[in-house]
Amino acid sequence: MNNLNEFLHMGGYGAYVWSAYGITFVAMILAVVIPLRQHSSLRQRLIKQFKRKK
Amino acid sequence: MMRFIHQLASPPYFYHFSGKVLPWFLGLFLVFLSYGLYGGLVLAPTDYQQGESYRIIYIHVPAAWMSLFIYMVMAISGAIGLIWHIKLADVVAISSAPIGAMFTLLALVTGSIWGKPMWGTWWEWEARLTSELVLLFLYLGVIALYNAVEDKRTASRAIAILALVGVVNIPIIHYSVEWWNTLHQGPTVTKFDKPSIHLSMLLPLLSMAVAFKVYYGIGLLVRARNELLQRERNTGWVRELLHDE
Amino acid sequence: MSSLSLTKAFVTLLRRDLLLVMRRRSEAVNPVLFFIIVTSLFPFGTSSDTALLQQIAPGIVWVAALLAAMLSLDAIFRSDFEDGSLEQLMLSPHPASVLVLAKVMAHWLVTGVPLLIAAPFMALLYGLPSEALPTLLISLLIGTPVLSLVGSVGVALTVALRQGGVILSLLVLPLYVPVLIFGSGAVELAVQGFSPAANLYMLSAILALAVVFTPWPASAALRLSLS
Repeated sequence: MNNLNEFLHMGGYGAYVWSAYGITFVAMILAVVIPLRQHSSLRQRLIKQFKRKK
Repeated sequence: MMRFIHQLASPPYFYHFSGKVLPWFLGLFLVFLSYGLYGGLVLAPTDYQQGESYRIIYIHVPAAWMSLFIYMVMAISGAIGLIWHIKLADVVAISSAPIGAMFTLLALVTGSIWGKPMWGTWWEWEARLTSELVLLFLYLGVIALYNAVEDKRTASRAIAILALVGVVNIPIIHYSVEWWNTLHQGPTVTKFDKPSIHLSMLLPLLSMAVAFKVYYGIGLLVRARNELLQRERNTGWVRELLHDE
Repeated sequence: MSSLSLTKAFVTLLRRDLLLVMRRRSEAVNPVLFFIIVTSLFPFGTSSDTALLQQIAPGIVWVAALLAAMLSLDAIFRSDFEDGSLEQLMLSPHPASVLVLAKVMAHWLVTGVPLLIAAPFMALLYGLPSEALPTLLISLLIGTPVLSLVGSVGVALTVALRQGGVILSLLVLPLYVPVLIFGSGAVELAVQGFSPAANLYMLSAILALAVVFTPWPASAALRLSLS
């Protein structure tokens, strides 16, 4: 790989290669970030419930 | 070692242990991912037949491997939960389903994107593609069934039965490329003699495979912690855990 | 009931289910009617070009058979579930798997066998060469019991659910795909003049596996649904 342009161009297949990697990248990030957020909101909800029960 | 596994089966121990272990998994994932991506996208030579588009292999193949691997983990942990009534096994099973579905979808999508310039078509109704699609439906069925049953203990048993019945699809997918000489590439890595792929391409591929496995561990632990908190929300250990906030 | 031998229990249950169906004969005809309607609709929707129809006939006949089987699956357990007789059945000292097998066989006799009779007519409508007809019949003969067996697991899992029917389709269709592939594949081979033997052997193997390996999950799922 000589330079950045060649790298992005991927011998003409750039659109295919990078969309494949892009979709994968986005999916894998979302699939972890979303449950992490659900985790914090779950914890908040449970804490509120316990406070109320007190 | 056995004592450790025994301890892990206890929900509070698992919750605390997984919390501590997650950052390490993340680090491990990044290490293998970096080498895999650099080795695959930069270092590895161009394929003389397919040009640069073959580089999709570094995500397509690991994703496909994960789709099969995760299903087996889901079926086995489901069976363990079904037979020995171990809560954590049930949790592992249902936590694995969405991750497995994602990898199956990614395998299909990246395969389709790769296939367009190679075979000239976005889709072809042949053995491996069809059975991978069936696998996606199996995952979705598991998720749908789990959500449809109210009592989550019963739901776990139901999906364990379903997953076990669907296990027959796994060998079909794996061997389909050998049984039917159709469009999809023949087996190159898991042949038992020397794999017919060049080392400079094989190593990044294996590194990506390991990275994806570690990623599965991360996703699994995160979702398992959620599921566990939900199921155990009325128990003492959860109360104590959140009381310190 | 415990003085009844296992074979007698099986036969008794089979006869009881068939009797129940006979009393509601009009309902029993529904799957076959559905099959005929679906296969008749396709030429309207696609094209009446004989050559094209001949080509897609094996697939259409098989898909229609599959859908008809799926629609009637509910019947295996639902009415018994709703009036409590399913619970009684599960309480019997006989192994639940055998009882499930009896009900599945009743379903196949009522749904699958009429398809065997209707299918050749539909195939002729599509201009399927008569040399392929025996293959069509044999593939359906071997394949439809598999549809009933595998379907029974899906029904057992969903019989207690509110939206059971919708989820049932999602659960059962992926498992039906291999049967569809081998079944219609066999007929296609026969149409082209090749031997369908390999496909038919695969179908038989699937049938053998299904007979052995589906009653247990089905009865386990029934127990779950009843709990």
